[in-house]
Amino acid sequence: MAYRRSRTIRSGWIAFASTLIVVGVLAALVMTSEGWPRFRKTFLKWDYGWEVFPQILDGLWLNVRLMVVCEIAILILALTVAWVRTLRGPVYFPLRAAATVYTDVFRGLPLILVLFMLGFGMPTLRIGWLPSSPLFWGCTALVLTYGAYVSEVFRSGIESVHPSQRAAARSLGLSHGKTMRHVVVPQAVRRVFPPLLNDMVALQKDTGLISVLGVIYDAVLRAQIATSQTYNYTPYVVAGVLFVLITIPLTRLTDYISRRQGWIGGGTV
Amino acid sequence: MTSLSKDPAHPGAADEPLLRVTGLRKSYGSSVVLRDLHLEVGRHRCVTLIGASGSGKSTLLRCVNLLEEVDDGQIFLDGKDITDPRVDPDEIRSRVGIVFQSFNLFPHMKVLDNITLAPRKVHGVPKDQAEAEAMELLARVGLRDKATARPDSLSGGQQQRVAIVRALVNKPVLMLFDEVTSALDPELVGEVLAMIKDLKSDGMTMLVATHEMGFARQVSDAVVFLSEGSVAETGPPEQVLGSPQDPRTQQFLRRIIEAGRL
Repeated sequence: MAYRRSRTIRSGWIAFASTLIVVGVLAALVMTSEGWPRFRKTFLKWDYGWEVFPQILDGLWLNVRLMVVCEIAILILALTVAWVRTLRGPVYFPLRAAATVYTDVFRGLPLILVLFMLGFGMPTLRIGWLPSSPLFWGCTALVLTYGAYVSEVFRSGIESVHPSQRAAARSLGLSHGKTMRHVVVPQAVRRVFPPLLNDMVALQKDTGLISVLGVIYDAVLRAQIATSQTYNYTPYVVAGVLFVLITIPLTRLTDYISRRQGWIGGGTV
Repeated sequence: MTSLSKDPAHPGAADEPLLRVTGLRKSYGSSVVLRDLHLEVGRHRCVTLIGASGSGKSTLLRCVNLLEEVDDGQIFLDGKDITDPRVDPDEIRSRVGIVFQSFNLFPHMKVLDNITLAPRKVHGVPKDQAEAEAMELLARVGLRDKATARPDSLSGGQQQRVAIVRALVNKPVLMLFDEVTSALDPELVGEVLAMIKDLKSDGMTMLVATHEMGFARQVSDAVVFLSEGSVAETGPPEQVLGSPQDPRTQQFLRRIIEAGRL
């Protein structure tokens, strides 16, 4: 018992020492480099960083709200598309085909192109009844792109539910729709919960891409403006740190849930 | 004591068997599973299907439950051709119960919710009433205390009994059993077979695919031996199992005896 404890303490010390050495070597390498003083002045000017911090934090609040709104829309769209792709029967061919084309196209298109095309293209069309706000089209671009990914996550979950579950539900007289709603989808969603949360983490940082539209004052655009005023890049570093601080808890939550699911029988709980 | 099965209130012709299968054919791609199969199950009768794996027992049961589309032939339930495309398959399925080899309980639902799903979502029975009926049936089979348990916390035998109860709450006129004891540990087989025997004495009409020859002998009114997708031999259990006429039946039973299952 005492022996085991001493071993644990010893392991702790070894880990600490090895980390110290690795970090020390890396830091020495970076800080002794020729450009270090200049790098430090351009990227790590903390008094300037502190000065712009409130604006960037304010922008980040917009990113968080965008994430929540988009995530809800994405989940609805993705589940609908995944559902449509499971429909059988010739009547549903057009719907199925549309869903397939949609996922193929939007999984292939780079998000930034979709942002440009929708954000700049749609308002240019001047279709009266369509909103012309870049914020709306920026969100739409995010929703369409992520919806394609997430719908595939849902579809893989739906297909992972064993056909015998469907047979059991149908044998009780449940229609296809009721079978999906009460038996297949609930099991599918439980199984794909960790990858879903993972996509949510990715979405959180990709909300920053909306800044390319130039008029949505999120954390990245605020940092860009602050940078362009002084040619000092510290605001980007501040924004980056803030994004990481937000995604870390989300990532840990994902890990925690995956692990807990793994413990309880094959992720079917 | 309430009966597990409610007597069917469907007034078919008196001499018409509850289930009549004529000229049934079914293939998966190029492999023919059922070829020109004929079969009858009279009211309150228990017919046992025996035969080697791959002889078509499961496929036949799945066809009767309309889980598979037939290629040719007819299936009459209570005198009505249920292979007619105009028939509502969900309505037929809710009158024909099926229990599977691997239980197929819904793992994300409590036992009670497994049982009340069809009554609530298909038949629109109010939750309280559906749960009361389910609890009554669970109590009858000694599983009352498992109502709020998750299926995977139950033994195989308990899960299978829940699956039978889940099929029975729909008040089926016909029950299909697809090798329901094959996935069970030997000591759990008895409790499930006992439940099926109770159903038989309550007058339920049943079509049972099984490898339990003792059960076939004791409980069934007729034994049907399937070979390569059609009926090779049929008759009372003592005849088919005791003095089989068809060489294929004789060979099958010899193998069963060698395996110590008879």
